[in-house]
Amino acid sequence: MRQSSGRKLTMHKKQQLIGWFFLIPATALIFWLSFYPMIRALMISFQGGRPTALQWSDPLTRNYQFLMKDTVFKTSLKNTFTYLIIQVPIMLVLAMIFATLLNDHQLKFKGVFRTCIFLPCATALVAYSLIFRTMFAYDGMINSVLMKIGILNEPINWLNNPGTAKAVIIIALIWRWTGYNMIFYLSSMQSIDYAIYEAARIDGAGAATQLFKITIPLLKPIILVTAIMSTNGTLQLFDESVNLTKGGPANATITMSHYIYNTMFQNNPNFGYAAAMSFVILILVAVLSAIQMKVGDKRE
Amino acid sequence: MSEGTFKKYGKRTLVYVFLILMSIISVFPLYWCFISSCNTTAEILGGKMLPGSHLIENLTNLFSQQDVLSAFKNSVINTVLVLVLSLAICSVAGYGFEIFHDKGKDIVMGIIMMSMMVPFVAILVPLFQMFTKMGFVNKYIGYILPSLSTPFLIMLFRNNARTFPKEVLEAARMDGLSEMGIFVRMFVPMMRPTFAAAATITFMNTWNAYLWPKVVLQTPASITMPMLVANLLSGYVVDYGVVMAGVTICTLPTVIVFFILQKSFTEAVAGAVK
Repeated sequence: MRQSSGRKLTMHKKQQLIGWFFLIPATALIFWLSFYPMIRALMISFQGGRPTALQWSDPLTRNYQFLMKDTVFKTSLKNTFTYLIIQVPIMLVLAMIFATLLNDHQLKFKGVFRTCIFLPCATALVAYSLIFRTMFAYDGMINSVLMKIGILNEPINWLNNPGTAKAVIIIALIWRWTGYNMIFYLSSMQSIDYAIYEAARIDGAGAATQLFKITIPLLKPIILVTAIMSTNGTLQLFDESVNLTKGGPANATITMSHYIYNTMFQNNPNFGYAAAMSFVILILVAVLSAIQMKVGDKRE
Repeated sequence: MSEGTFKKYGKRTLVYVFLILMSIISVFPLYWCFISSCNTTAEILGGKMLPGSHLIENLTNLFSQQDVLSAFKNSVINTVLVLVLSLAICSVAGYGFEIFHDKGKDIVMGIIMMSMMVPFVAILVPLFQMFTKMGFVNKYIGYILPSLSTPFLIMLFRNNARTFPKEVLEAARMDGLSEMGIFVRMFVPMMRPTFAAAATITFMNTWNAYLWPKVVLQTPASITMPMLVANLLSGYVVDYGVVMAGVTICTLPTVIVFFILQKSFTEAVAGAVK
Protein backbone atom coordinates (compact mmCIF):
# COMPACT_ATOMS: atom_id res chain seq x y z
CA MET A 1 0.00 0.00 0.00
CA ARG A 2 2.57 2.41 1.20
CA GLN A 3 4.91 1.54 -1.54
CA SER A 4 2.31 2.04 -4.26
CA SER A 5 1.32 5.51 -3.03
CA GLY A 6 4.98 6.38 -2.84
CA ARG A 7 5.44 5.29 -6.42
CA LYS A 8 2.44 7.33 -7.47
CA LEU A 9 3.95 10.39 -5.82
CA THR A 10 7.24 10.03 -7.60
CA MET A 11 5.41 9.47 -10.87
CA HIS A 12 3.48 12.67 -10.31
CA LYS A 13 6.73 14.43 -9.49
CA LYS A 14 8.30 13.02 -12.61
CA GLN A 15 5.44 14.30 -14.70
CA GLN A 16 5.69 17.75 -13.18
CA LEU A 17 9.38 17.70 -13.96
CA ILE A 18 8.79 16.65 -17.57
CA GLY A 19 6.26 19.50 -17.73
CA TRP A 20 9.05 22.03 -17.41
CA PHE A 21 10.55 20.80 -20.66
CA PHE A 22 7.29 21.64 -22.41
CA LEU A 23 7.59 25.24 -21.26
CA ILE A 24 11.28 25.89 -21.64
CA PRO A 25 11.48 26.80 -25.36
CA ALA A 26 8.59 29.28 -25.25
CA THR A 27 9.59 30.74 -21.90
CA ALA A 28 13.25 31.08 -22.84
CA LEU A 29 12.35 32.88 -26.06
CA ILE A 30 10.15 35.36 -24.19
CA PHE A 31 12.82 36.08 -21.60
CA TRP A 32 15.50 36.40 -24.27
CA LEU A 33 13.53 38.48 -26.77
CA SER A 34 11.17 40.44 -24.55
CA PHE A 35 12.30 40.87 -20.94
CA TYR A 36 16.03 41.03 -21.51
CA PRO A 37 15.68 43.69 -24.27
CA MET A 38 13.43 45.66 -21.94
CA ILE A 39 16.23 45.91 -19.40
CA ARG A 40 18.69 46.66 -22.19
CA ALA A 41 16.40 49.42 -23.45
CA LEU A 42 16.44 51.03 -20.03
CA MET A 43 20.25 50.94 -20.04
CA ILE A 44 20.57 52.25 -23.59
CA SER A 45 18.21 55.09 -22.74
CA PHE A 46 20.98 56.46 -20.49
CA GLN A 47 23.51 56.26 -23.31
CA GLY A 48 24.42 58.43 -26.25
CA GLY A 49 26.75 58.58 -29.24
CA ARG A 50 26.92 56.70 -32.50
CA PRO A 51 24.94 53.43 -32.58
CA THR A 52 28.16 51.45 -32.96
CA ALA A 53 29.91 53.20 -30.07
CA LEU A 54 27.36 53.92 -27.36
CA GLN A 55 28.65 55.59 -24.22
CA TRP A 56 27.06 56.55 -20.93
CA SER A 57 25.55 60.01 -21.20
CA ASP A 58 26.82 62.83 -19.06
CA PRO A 59 24.71 63.64 -17.13
CA LEU A 60 23.13 60.21 -17.11
CA THR A 61 19.59 61.52 -17.66
CA ARG A 62 20.55 63.62 -20.66
CA ASN A 63 18.21 61.85 -23.08
CA TYR A 64 15.31 62.26 -20.69
CA GLN A 65 16.11 65.94 -20.16
CA PHE A 66 16.17 66.41 -23.91
CA LEU A 67 12.69 64.84 -24.14
CA MET A 68 11.24 67.81 -22.27
CA LYS A 69 12.69 70.25 -24.80
CA ASP A 70 11.98 68.28 -27.97
CA THR A 71 9.00 69.85 -29.73
CA VAL A 72 8.66 66.97 -32.21
CA PHE A 73 8.44 64.50 -29.35
CA LYS A 74 5.83 66.65 -27.63
CA THR A 75 3.87 66.87 -30.90
CA SER A 76 4.06 63.10 -31.38
CA LEU A 77 2.88 62.58 -27.80
CA LYS A 78 -0.01 64.98 -28.31
CA ASN A 79 -0.97 63.37 -31.63
CA THR A 80 -0.90 59.88 -30.18
CA PHE A 81 -3.14 60.97 -27.30
CA THR A 82 -5.50 62.75 -29.70
CA TYR A 83 -5.94 59.47 -31.59
CA LEU A 84 -6.35 57.59 -28.34
CA ILE A 85 -8.95 59.89 -26.78
CA ILE A 86 -11.09 60.33 -29.88
CA GLN A 87 -10.75 57.02 -31.69
CA VAL A 88 -10.84 54.38 -28.95
CA PRO A 89 -14.17 55.46 -27.32
CA ILE A 90 -15.95 55.92 -30.68
CA MET A 91 -14.68 52.55 -31.87
CA LEU A 92 -15.63 50.64 -28.72
CA VAL A 93 -19.11 52.19 -28.55
CA LEU A 94 -19.70 51.39 -32.23
CA ALA A 95 -18.44 47.84 -31.70
CA MET A 96 -20.84 47.44 -28.78
CA ILE A 97 -23.75 48.75 -30.88
CA PHE A 98 -22.95 46.37 -33.75
CA ALA A 99 -22.58 43.42 -31.39
CA THR A 100 -25.88 44.21 -29.66
CA LEU A 101 -27.74 44.49 -32.96
CA LEU A 102 -26.20 41.28 -34.29
CA ASN A 103 -26.96 39.34 -31.11
CA ASP A 104 -30.69 39.64 -31.86
CA HIS A 105 -31.91 36.13 -32.60
CA GLN A 106 -34.66 37.42 -34.90
CA LEU A 107 -32.28 39.34 -37.12
CA LYS A 108 -31.91 37.96 -40.63
CA PHE A 109 -28.66 37.88 -42.64
CA LYS A 110 -26.74 38.06 -39.38
CA GLY A 111 -23.78 36.16 -40.84
CA VAL A 112 -23.56 38.47 -43.85
CA PHE A 113 -23.52 41.60 -41.69
CA ARG A 114 -20.96 40.11 -39.33
CA THR A 115 -18.68 39.07 -42.18
CA CYS A 116 -18.88 42.52 -43.82
CA ILE A 117 -18.15 44.43 -40.62
CA PHE A 118 -15.36 42.04 -39.64
CA LEU A 119 -13.75 42.05 -43.11
CA PRO A 120 -11.54 45.16 -42.68
CA CYS A 121 -9.49 43.10 -40.19
CA ALA A 122 -8.18 41.01 -43.07
CA THR A 123 -6.43 44.05 -44.54
CA ALA A 124 -2.77 44.73 -43.81
CA LEU A 125 -2.21 48.01 -41.98
CA VAL A 126 0.05 49.14 -44.80
CA ALA A 127 -2.57 48.19 -47.39
CA TYR A 128 -5.46 50.09 -45.86
CA SER A 129 -3.20 53.08 -45.18
CA LEU A 130 -2.44 53.24 -48.90
CA ILE A 131 -6.10 52.77 -49.85
CA PHE A 132 -7.16 55.64 -47.60
CA ARG A 133 -4.27 57.79 -48.81
CA THR A 134 -5.41 57.25 -52.39
CA MET A 135 -9.07 57.89 -51.59
CA PHE A 136 -8.33 61.13 -49.71
CA ALA A 137 -5.71 62.50 -52.11
CA TYR A 138 -6.18 66.16 -53.09
CA ASP A 139 -7.22 65.22 -56.63
CA GLY A 140 -8.57 61.91 -55.36
CA MET A 141 -11.80 59.97 -55.43
CA ILE A 142 -13.45 61.43 -52.28
CA ASN A 143 -13.01 65.01 -53.48
CA SER A 144 -14.10 64.13 -57.02
CA VAL A 145 -17.28 62.43 -55.83
CA LEU A 146 -18.13 65.13 -53.28
CA MET A 147 -17.75 67.78 -55.96
CA LYS A 148 -19.74 65.81 -58.50
CA ILE A 149 -22.73 65.52 -56.18
CA GLY A 150 -22.39 69.17 -55.22
CA ILE A 151 -21.40 68.88 -51.54
CA LEU A 152 -18.07 70.60 -52.17
CA ASN A 153 -17.33 73.51 -54.47
CA GLU A 154 -13.61 73.05 -54.33
CA PRO A 155 -11.48 70.11 -53.20
CA ILE A 156 -10.39 69.80 -49.57
CA ASN A 157 -6.71 69.18 -49.06
CA TRP A 158 -7.42 66.38 -46.58
CA LEU A 159 -3.89 65.14 -46.00
CA ASN A 160 -2.14 68.50 -45.99
CA ASN A 161 -4.20 70.12 -43.31
CA PRO A 162 -3.36 69.14 -39.70
CA GLY A 163 -6.99 68.82 -38.58
CA THR A 164 -8.35 66.86 -41.54
CA ALA A 165 -5.23 64.70 -41.76
CA LYS A 166 -5.76 63.59 -38.16
CA ALA A 167 -9.45 63.04 -38.92
CA VAL A 168 -8.58 60.79 -41.87
CA ILE A 169 -6.27 58.70 -39.66
CA ILE A 170 -9.00 58.39 -37.02
CA ILE A 171 -11.61 57.41 -39.63
CA ALA A 172 -9.21 54.84 -41.07
CA LEU A 173 -8.49 53.39 -37.63
CA ILE A 174 -12.17 53.12 -36.77
CA TRP A 175 -12.80 51.44 -40.11
CA ARG A 176 -10.04 48.90 -39.56
CA TRP A 177 -10.62 47.95 -35.91
CA THR A 178 -14.33 48.26 -35.05
CA GLY A 179 -15.19 44.81 -36.42
CA TYR A 180 -12.29 43.26 -34.52
CA ASN A 181 -13.63 44.56 -31.21
CA MET A 182 -17.17 43.65 -32.20
CA ILE A 183 -16.11 40.00 -32.45
CA PHE A 184 -14.92 40.06 -28.83
CA TYR A 185 -18.23 41.50 -27.65
CA LEU A 186 -20.34 39.29 -29.86
CA SER A 187 -18.72 36.05 -28.78
CA SER A 188 -19.01 37.00 -25.11
CA MET A 189 -22.64 37.98 -25.60
CA GLN A 190 -23.30 34.58 -27.10
CA SER A 191 -22.21 32.98 -23.85
CA ILE A 192 -24.89 34.96 -21.99
CA ASP A 193 -28.08 32.93 -21.71
CA TYR A 194 -30.45 34.46 -24.26
CA ALA A 195 -33.41 33.68 -21.95
CA ILE A 196 -32.25 36.55 -19.71
CA TYR A 197 -32.92 38.99 -22.54
CA GLU A 198 -36.27 37.42 -23.32
CA ALA A 199 -37.29 37.63 -19.67
CA ALA A 200 -36.20 41.26 -19.52
CA ARG A 201 -38.25 42.03 -22.62
CA ILE A 202 -41.33 40.45 -21.08
CA ASP A 203 -40.75 42.64 -18.02
CA GLY A 204 -40.85 45.62 -20.37
CA ALA A 205 -37.14 46.43 -20.44
CA GLY A 206 -36.21 48.36 -23.60
CA ALA A 207 -33.09 47.88 -25.69
CA ALA A 208 -31.18 50.54 -23.73
CA THR A 209 -32.12 49.05 -20.36
CA GLN A 210 -31.04 45.60 -21.57
CA LEU A 211 -27.75 47.01 -22.76
CA PHE A 212 -26.90 48.91 -19.60
CA LYS A 213 -28.40 46.51 -17.04
CA ILE A 214 -27.53 43.14 -18.56
CA THR A 215 -24.96 43.26 -21.34
CA ILE A 216 -22.47 45.83 -20.13
CA PRO A 217 -22.24 44.56 -16.52
CA LEU A 218 -21.75 40.99 -17.75
CA LEU A 219 -19.26 42.02 -20.43
CA LYS A 220 -17.19 44.20 -18.13
CA PRO A 221 -14.11 41.97 -18.18
CA ILE A 222 -14.07 41.81 -21.95
CA ILE A 223 -14.67 45.56 -22.28
CA LEU A 224 -11.66 46.03 -20.06
CA VAL A 225 -9.58 43.72 -22.26
CA THR A 226 -10.56 45.56 -25.44
CA ALA A 227 -9.91 48.95 -23.81
CA ILE A 228 -6.44 47.88 -22.71
CA MET A 229 -5.65 46.29 -26.08
CA SER A 230 -6.81 49.36 -28.00
CA THR A 231 -4.86 51.70 -25.74
CA ASN A 232 -1.77 49.55 -26.11
CA GLY A 233 -2.20 49.45 -29.88
CA THR A 234 -2.90 53.14 -30.28
CA LEU A 235 0.16 54.12 -28.27
CA GLN A 236 2.20 52.07 -30.76
CA LEU A 237 0.62 53.38 -33.99
CA PHE A 238 3.18 53.25 -36.75
CA ASP A 239 2.02 51.96 -40.14
CA GLU A 240 -0.72 54.58 -40.53
CA SER A 241 1.49 57.51 -39.64
CA VAL A 242 4.24 56.31 -41.97
CA ASN A 243 2.10 55.39 -44.96
CA LEU A 244 -1.13 57.36 -44.77
CA THR A 245 0.17 60.83 -43.94
CA LYS A 246 3.95 60.28 -43.76
CA GLY A 247 3.65 62.05 -40.40
CA GLY A 248 2.78 65.28 -42.18
CA PRO A 249 1.99 67.97 -42.78
CA ALA A 250 5.05 69.16 -40.84
CA ASN A 251 4.81 66.40 -38.19
CA ALA A 252 1.16 67.27 -37.49
CA THR A 253 0.16 63.59 -37.52
CA ILE A 254 3.41 61.86 -36.54
CA THR A 255 3.05 59.19 -33.84
CA MET A 256 5.56 58.30 -31.13
CA SER A 257 6.56 55.02 -32.78
CA HIS A 258 7.07 56.78 -36.10
CA TYR A 259 9.32 59.37 -34.45
CA ILE A 260 11.25 56.64 -32.65
CA TYR A 261 11.82 54.87 -35.95
CA ASN A 262 13.02 58.11 -37.56
CA THR A 263 15.35 58.71 -34.63
CA MET A 264 16.79 55.23 -35.07
CA PHE A 265 17.33 55.29 -38.81
CA GLN A 266 17.23 58.78 -40.29
CA ASN A 267 19.86 61.55 -40.48
CA ASN A 268 21.91 61.04 -37.33
CA PRO A 269 20.75 57.78 -35.82
CA ASN A 270 20.46 58.15 -32.07
CA PHE A 271 19.75 54.84 -30.36
CA GLY A 272 19.97 56.21 -26.84
CA TYR A 273 17.36 58.85 -27.45
CA ALA A 274 15.11 56.39 -29.31
CA ALA A 275 15.34 54.02 -26.35
CA ALA A 276 14.45 56.81 -23.92
CA MET A 277 11.34 57.66 -25.95
CA SER A 278 10.34 54.02 -26.23
CA PHE A 279 10.64 53.68 -22.48
CA VAL A 280 8.16 56.53 -22.14
CA ILE A 281 5.69 54.46 -24.18
CA LEU A 282 6.33 51.45 -21.95
CA ILE A 283 5.55 53.50 -18.86
CA LEU A 284 2.46 55.05 -20.47
CA VAL A 285 1.11 51.62 -21.41
CA ALA A 286 1.71 50.34 -17.89
CA VAL A 287 0.13 53.39 -16.22
CA LEU A 288 -2.90 53.54 -18.52
CA SER A 289 -3.52 49.79 -18.19
CA ALA A 290 -3.30 50.07 -14.40
CA ILE A 291 -5.78 52.97 -14.40
CA GLN A 292 -8.17 51.06 -16.64
CA MET A 293 -7.97 47.99 -14.42
CA LYS A 294 -8.69 50.13 -11.36
CA VAL A 295 -11.67 51.80 -13.02
CA GLY A 296 -12.88 48.46 -14.35
CA ASP A 297 -12.76 47.01 -10.83
CA LYS A 298 -14.60 49.87 -9.18
CA ARG A 299 -17.72 49.67 -11.31
CA GLU A 300 -18.67 46.45 -9.56
CA MET B 1 -52.10 48.69 -38.32
CA SER B 2 -51.85 49.75 -34.72
CA GLU B 3 -49.28 52.24 -33.58
CA GLY B 4 -47.42 49.49 -31.71
CA THR B 5 -46.80 47.32 -34.75
CA PHE B 6 -45.82 50.35 -36.79
CA LYS B 7 -43.29 51.30 -34.12
CA LYS B 8 -41.97 47.75 -34.06
CA TYR B 9 -41.62 47.43 -37.82
CA GLY B 10 -40.26 50.96 -38.18
CA LYS B 11 -37.54 50.22 -35.69
CA ARG B 12 -36.75 46.92 -37.38
CA THR B 13 -36.39 48.61 -40.76
CA LEU B 14 -34.14 51.24 -39.23
CA VAL B 15 -31.86 48.51 -37.82
CA TYR B 16 -31.60 46.87 -41.23
CA VAL B 17 -30.90 50.17 -42.99
CA PHE B 18 -28.20 50.99 -40.43
CA LEU B 19 -26.55 47.56 -40.70
CA ILE B 20 -26.67 47.58 -44.51
CA LEU B 21 -25.11 51.04 -44.56
CA MET B 22 -22.36 50.00 -42.14
CA SER B 23 -21.70 46.81 -44.12
CA ILE B 24 -21.29 48.85 -47.31
CA ILE B 25 -18.89 51.26 -45.58
CA SER B 26 -16.91 48.28 -44.22
CA VAL B 27 -16.59 46.55 -47.56
CA PHE B 28 -16.27 49.59 -49.82
CA PRO B 29 -12.55 50.49 -49.42
CA LEU B 30 -11.51 46.93 -50.25
CA TYR B 31 -13.95 46.70 -53.15
CA TRP B 32 -12.68 50.02 -54.43
CA CYS B 33 -9.07 48.89 -54.12
CA PHE B 34 -9.74 45.70 -56.09
CA ILE B 35 -11.61 47.44 -58.91
CA SER B 36 -9.08 50.28 -58.99
CA SER B 37 -6.35 47.79 -59.79
CA CYS B 38 -8.16 47.46 -63.14
CA ASN B 39 -8.33 51.22 -63.78
CA THR B 40 -5.99 54.02 -64.83
CA THR B 41 -4.80 56.74 -62.46
CA ALA B 42 -7.19 59.27 -64.02
CA GLU B 43 -10.15 56.92 -63.59
CA ILE B 44 -9.20 56.10 -60.00
CA LEU B 45 -8.87 59.74 -58.99
CA GLY B 46 -12.01 60.67 -60.90
CA GLY B 47 -14.10 58.29 -58.82
CA LYS B 48 -14.82 55.41 -61.21
CA MET B 49 -16.72 52.76 -59.27
CA LEU B 50 -16.59 49.82 -61.68
CA PRO B 51 -13.65 47.70 -62.85
CA GLY B 52 -12.04 48.71 -66.15
CA SER B 53 -9.78 46.90 -68.56
CA HIS B 54 -6.34 48.06 -67.39
CA LEU B 55 -5.48 45.24 -65.00
CA ILE B 56 -2.85 43.67 -67.26
CA GLU B 57 -1.27 47.05 -67.93
CA ASN B 58 -1.08 47.87 -64.19
CA LEU B 59 0.36 44.45 -63.38
CA THR B 60 2.95 44.74 -66.14
CA ASN B 61 4.04 48.13 -64.84
CA LEU B 62 4.11 46.86 -61.27
CA PHE B 63 6.26 43.83 -62.12
CA SER B 64 8.65 45.95 -64.18
CA GLN B 65 9.07 48.51 -61.37
CA GLN B 66 9.39 46.15 -58.42
CA ASP B 67 10.62 42.64 -57.76
CA VAL B 68 7.18 41.41 -56.74
CA LEU B 69 8.06 37.73 -57.03
CA SER B 70 10.96 38.03 -54.61
CA ALA B 71 8.89 39.97 -52.05
CA PHE B 72 5.99 37.54 -52.37
CA LYS B 73 8.37 34.61 -51.97
CA ASN B 74 9.90 36.21 -48.86
CA SER B 75 6.46 36.81 -47.39
CA VAL B 76 5.44 33.20 -48.02
CA ILE B 77 8.64 31.74 -46.56
CA ASN B 78 8.56 34.00 -43.49
CA THR B 79 4.90 33.28 -42.87
CA VAL B 80 5.21 29.51 -43.27
CA LEU B 81 8.24 29.39 -40.97
CA VAL B 82 6.50 31.44 -38.28
CA LEU B 83 3.31 29.40 -38.62
CA VAL B 84 4.98 26.01 -38.21
CA LEU B 85 7.46 26.99 -35.51
CA SER B 86 5.28 29.26 -33.39
CA LEU B 87 2.39 26.82 -33.39
CA ALA B 88 4.73 24.01 -32.32
CA ILE B 89 6.46 26.02 -29.60
CA CYS B 90 3.35 27.72 -28.20
CA SER B 91 1.04 24.71 -28.31
CA VAL B 92 3.57 22.60 -26.41
CA ALA B 93 3.98 25.39 -23.86
CA GLY B 94 0.26 26.10 -23.49
CA TYR B 95 -0.37 22.38 -23.00
CA GLY B 96 2.45 22.17 -20.48
CA PHE B 97 1.22 25.13 -18.45
CA GLU B 98 -2.24 23.58 -18.12
CA ILE B 99 -1.62 19.83 -17.86
CA PHE B 100 1.38 19.94 -15.52
CA HIS B 101 0.39 23.09 -13.72
CA ASP B 102 1.76 23.64 -10.22
CA LYS B 103 2.74 26.68 -8.23
CA GLY B 104 6.03 27.26 -10.00
CA LYS B 105 4.59 26.98 -13.49
CA ASP B 106 1.65 29.23 -12.64
CA ILE B 107 4.10 31.92 -11.55
CA VAL B 108 6.03 31.58 -14.82
CA MET B 109 2.75 31.84 -16.73
CA GLY B 110 1.94 35.04 -14.84
CA ILE B 111 5.29 36.50 -15.82
CA ILE B 112 4.74 35.52 -19.46
CA MET B 113 1.35 37.23 -19.41
CA MET B 114 3.09 40.37 -18.20
CA SER B 115 5.18 40.40 -21.36
CA MET B 116 1.94 41.06 -23.22
CA MET B 117 2.07 44.53 -21.71
CA VAL B 118 5.51 45.24 -23.17
CA PRO B 119 4.93 47.37 -26.26
CA PHE B 120 7.02 46.02 -29.13
CA VAL B 121 8.37 49.47 -29.95
CA ALA B 122 9.84 49.63 -26.42
CA ILE B 123 12.28 46.83 -27.21
CA LEU B 124 12.96 47.82 -30.80
CA VAL B 125 16.38 49.41 -30.21
CA PRO B 126 17.99 46.60 -28.15
CA LEU B 127 16.42 43.93 -30.33
CA PHE B 128 17.89 45.51 -33.45
CA GLN B 129 21.27 45.81 -31.72
CA MET B 130 21.21 42.17 -30.61
CA PHE B 131 20.19 40.98 -34.07
CA THR B 132 22.89 43.07 -35.75
CA LYS B 133 25.50 41.57 -33.45
CA MET B 134 24.30 38.03 -34.14
CA GLY B 135 24.21 38.64 -37.89
CA PHE B 136 20.45 38.08 -38.18
CA VAL B 137 19.75 41.30 -40.12
CA ASN B 138 18.32 40.77 -43.64
CA LYS B 139 17.79 37.09 -42.91
CA TYR B 140 14.68 34.97 -42.46
CA ILE B 141 15.71 34.14 -38.92
CA GLY B 142 15.85 37.83 -38.07
CA TYR B 143 12.30 38.30 -39.26
CA ILE B 144 10.79 35.23 -37.63
CA LEU B 145 12.56 34.96 -34.27
CA PRO B 146 10.58 37.61 -32.31
CA SER B 147 7.26 36.08 -33.43
CA LEU B 148 7.97 32.48 -32.47
CA SER B 149 6.82 32.62 -28.87
CA THR B 150 3.89 34.90 -28.17
CA PRO B 151 1.97 35.14 -24.90
CA PHE B 152 -1.24 35.37 -26.93
CA LEU B 153 -0.80 31.93 -28.51
CA ILE B 154 0.43 30.35 -25.28
CA MET B 155 -2.69 31.64 -23.55
CA LEU B 156 -4.93 30.44 -26.36
CA PHE B 157 -3.52 26.91 -26.14
CA ARG B 158 -3.52 26.88 -22.34
CA ASN B 159 -7.15 27.94 -22.17
CA ASN B 160 -8.15 25.27 -24.66
CA ALA B 161 -6.07 22.59 -22.97
CA ARG B 162 -8.54 22.91 -20.09
CA THR B 163 -11.07 21.07 -22.20
CA PHE B 164 -8.69 18.14 -22.77
CA PRO B 165 -10.39 15.27 -20.87
CA LYS B 166 -8.48 14.01 -17.83
CA GLU B 167 -9.68 10.47 -18.58
CA VAL B 168 -7.96 10.47 -21.95
CA LEU B 169 -4.78 11.65 -20.29
CA GLU B 170 -4.92 9.00 -17.57
CA ALA B 171 -5.81 6.24 -20.02
CA ALA B 172 -2.95 7.18 -22.31
CA ARG B 173 -0.54 7.17 -19.38
CA MET B 174 -1.82 3.72 -18.36
CA ASP B 175 -1.13 2.53 -21.88
CA GLY B 176 2.45 3.62 -21.41
CA LEU B 177 2.45 6.51 -23.84
CA SER B 178 5.15 9.06 -23.09
CA GLU B 179 4.11 12.58 -22.11
CA MET B 180 5.22 13.92 -25.48
CA GLY B 181 3.46 11.00 -27.16
CA ILE B 182 0.22 11.96 -25.44
CA PHE B 183 0.61 15.51 -26.71
CA VAL B 184 1.30 14.48 -30.29
CA ARG B 185 -1.12 11.56 -30.62
CA MET B 186 -4.00 12.64 -28.37
CA PHE B 187 -3.97 16.40 -27.86
CA VAL B 188 -3.04 17.60 -31.35
CA PRO B 189 -5.73 15.64 -33.24
CA MET B 190 -8.34 16.53 -30.65
CA MET B 191 -7.54 20.23 -30.67
CA ARG B 192 -7.64 20.72 -34.42
CA PRO B 193 -10.03 23.72 -34.19
CA THR B 194 -7.68 25.45 -31.76
CA PHE B 195 -4.76 24.89 -34.08
CA ALA B 196 -6.80 26.27 -36.98
CA ALA B 197 -7.69 29.33 -34.93
CA ALA B 198 -4.08 29.89 -33.89
CA ALA B 199 -2.88 29.38 -37.46
CA THR B 200 -5.37 31.88 -38.86
CA ILE B 201 -4.47 34.69 -36.50
CA THR B 202 -0.75 33.98 -36.79
CA PHE B 203 -0.99 34.00 -40.57
CA MET B 204 -2.73 37.39 -40.56
CA ASN B 205 -0.27 38.95 -38.12
CA THR B 206 2.83 37.60 -39.83
CA TRP B 207 1.79 38.36 -43.38
CA ASN B 208 0.80 41.90 -42.44
CA ALA B 209 3.73 42.76 -40.15
CA TYR B 210 5.48 46.00 -41.03
CA LEU B 211 7.43 47.74 -38.25
CA TRP B 212 9.81 44.90 -37.37
CA PRO B 213 10.44 43.84 -41.00
CA LYS B 214 11.11 47.47 -41.88
CA VAL B 215 13.75 47.54 -39.14
CA VAL B 216 15.39 44.16 -39.65
CA LEU B 217 15.08 43.70 -43.44
CA GLN B 218 17.04 46.45 -45.09
CA THR B 219 18.13 45.06 -48.45
CA PRO B 220 15.77 45.12 -51.46
CA ALA B 221 16.21 41.35 -51.84
CA SER B 222 14.89 40.63 -48.34
CA ILE B 223 11.77 42.81 -48.21
CA THR B 224 8.23 41.47 -47.79
CA MET B 225 4.99 42.34 -49.59
CA PRO B 226 3.74 45.09 -47.24
CA MET B 227 7.16 46.78 -47.49
CA LEU B 228 7.13 46.53 -51.28
CA VAL B 229 3.65 48.02 -51.41
CA ALA B 230 4.71 50.89 -49.14
CA ASN B 231 7.61 51.60 -51.50
CA LEU B 232 5.21 52.17 -54.38
CA LEU B 233 4.34 55.60 -53.01
CA SER B 234 7.90 56.84 -52.77
CA GLY B 235 8.25 58.23 -56.32
CA TYR B 236 7.34 61.76 -57.35
CA VAL B 237 4.74 60.70 -59.87
CA VAL B 238 2.48 58.07 -58.38
CA ASP B 239 0.70 55.63 -60.68
CA TYR B 240 -2.33 54.79 -58.54
CA GLY B 241 -3.32 51.91 -60.79
CA VAL B 242 0.01 50.28 -60.00
CA VAL B 243 -0.34 51.07 -56.28
CA MET B 244 -3.79 49.49 -56.13
CA ALA B 245 -2.59 46.44 -58.09
CA GLY B 246 0.21 46.02 -55.52
CA VAL B 247 -2.15 46.48 -52.58
CA THR B 248 -4.50 43.93 -54.13
CA ILE B 249 -1.75 41.31 -54.48
CA CYS B 250 -0.69 41.96 -50.90
CA THR B 251 -4.24 41.79 -49.55
CA LEU B 252 -5.72 38.87 -51.52
CA PRO B 253 -4.03 36.07 -49.52
CA THR B 254 -5.34 37.37 -46.20
CA VAL B 255 -8.79 38.10 -47.58
CA ILE B 256 -9.02 34.58 -49.04
CA VAL B 257 -7.89 33.05 -45.75
CA PHE B 258 -10.39 35.29 -43.97
CA PHE B 259 -13.28 33.93 -46.02
CA ILE B 260 -12.22 30.30 -45.75
CA LEU B 261 -11.32 30.35 -42.07
CA GLN B 262 -13.52 33.12 -40.73
CA LYS B 263 -14.90 30.84 -38.05
CA SER B 264 -11.41 29.94 -36.84
CA PHE B 265 -10.39 33.57 -36.87
CA THR B 266 -13.41 34.48 -34.75
CA GLU B 267 -12.56 31.68 -32.34
CA ALA B 268 -8.96 32.83 -32.07
CA VAL B 269 -9.96 36.39 -31.31
CA ALA B 270 -12.42 35.30 -28.67
CA GLY B 271 -10.67 32.15 -27.47
CA ALA B 272 -7.66 33.71 -25.84
CA VAL B 273 -9.72 35.75 -23.42
CA LYS B 274 -12.10 32.98 -22.36
